[in-house]
Amino acid sequence: MYKVSVYVTPKAGVVDPQGAVIERALPALGHSGAANIRVGRYITLEVQGTDPERVRADVDDMCRRLLANPIIEDYRFELELAAGEDA
Amino acid sequence: MPEVTQGPVRFGIVVFPGSNCDYDAVHALSTFPETDPYYLWHKDRDLKGAQCIVLPGGFSYGDYLRTGAIARFSPIMQEVAAFAAAGGLVIGICNGFQTLTEAHLLHGALRRNRGLRFICHPQYLRVERTDTPFTSRLEVGQVIQIPVNHNEGNWTAGAERLQEIEDGGLVAFRYCDADGRVTDTANPNGAVDNVAGIFSEGCNVLGMMPHPERVCEEMVGGTDGRAIFQSMIDHVLGG
Repeated sequence: MYKVSVYVTPKAGVVDPQGAVIERALPALGHSGAANIRVGRYITLEVQGTDPERVRADVDDMCRRLLANPIIEDYRFELELAAGEDA
Repeated sequence: MPEVTQGPVRFGIVVFPGSNCDYDAVHALSTFPETDPYYLWHKDRDLKGAQCIVLPGGFSYGDYLRTGAIARFSPIMQEVAAFAAAGGLVIGICNGFQTLTEAHLLHGALRRNRGLRFICHPQYLRVERTDTPFTSRLEVGQVIQIPVNHNEGNWTAGAERLQEIEDGGLVAFRYCDADGRVTDTANPNGAVDNVAGIFSEGCNVLGMMPHPERVCEEMVGGTDGRAIFQSMIDHVLGG
């Protein structure tokens, strides 16, 4: 079994309203040097399987069809063998 | 439940868990003598003879993940997609619009409003074209007033796709001021090109953020929504 971390972020060029609001708020706290703030989503899941390539293909399909909206979001993910399991 | 009429034109209103404008849609449609509006449960696999489908507003599946992202996988959506592919009329209002984009029946996606505020107010819209089953009762450039009520109405599409949409005349309505001027000030949510609603390529699917079902009777403050439903009825009746 693999522990999977999925990172979903707004595509470059797509306006990110949450990032824009945070960017306007930070100077009020004295942080004037922060720019290009983008807000995304971090998803963790456990996926059954022993073949990392198959798990990768499986997770890619999940990302493409549900976890991210490829029209406005990019995604990437990392696999980690669950504790106590051999590679 | 509102009293419903029994006209010949069958409107199926899809109820997802979390829909909350489904009764409004049935009520609004019941004020047209030509319609027979009825509910369809999202788990149904049969549209029960629908001639028009309405995906209503609301918060299907609690807006989890993204608005409309889960509703898109409800069993009935396969039937709705097949119905649309065969030229059937489908209108998605607010959450229904979001669901149609997630289902790839319409272009683009809807993000959080610019400014992150939930907006709820009467809104002027400019009619972009009238040679469609949804807008034949309107005039090009006409300004209509239909309320908006949403948190994720900030429509966008990639630059290339946007050009195709504009070139293809797929924009149905744009946010504007009382005089029909399409300006940034008149844009309530930051949608690209002030897009408030778009058509599919065949113009038989319409998605729009404003709520026409809320302005179908004088007693609720307006009747500008009627032209959209009347256009659909005319189309089905061959008028």
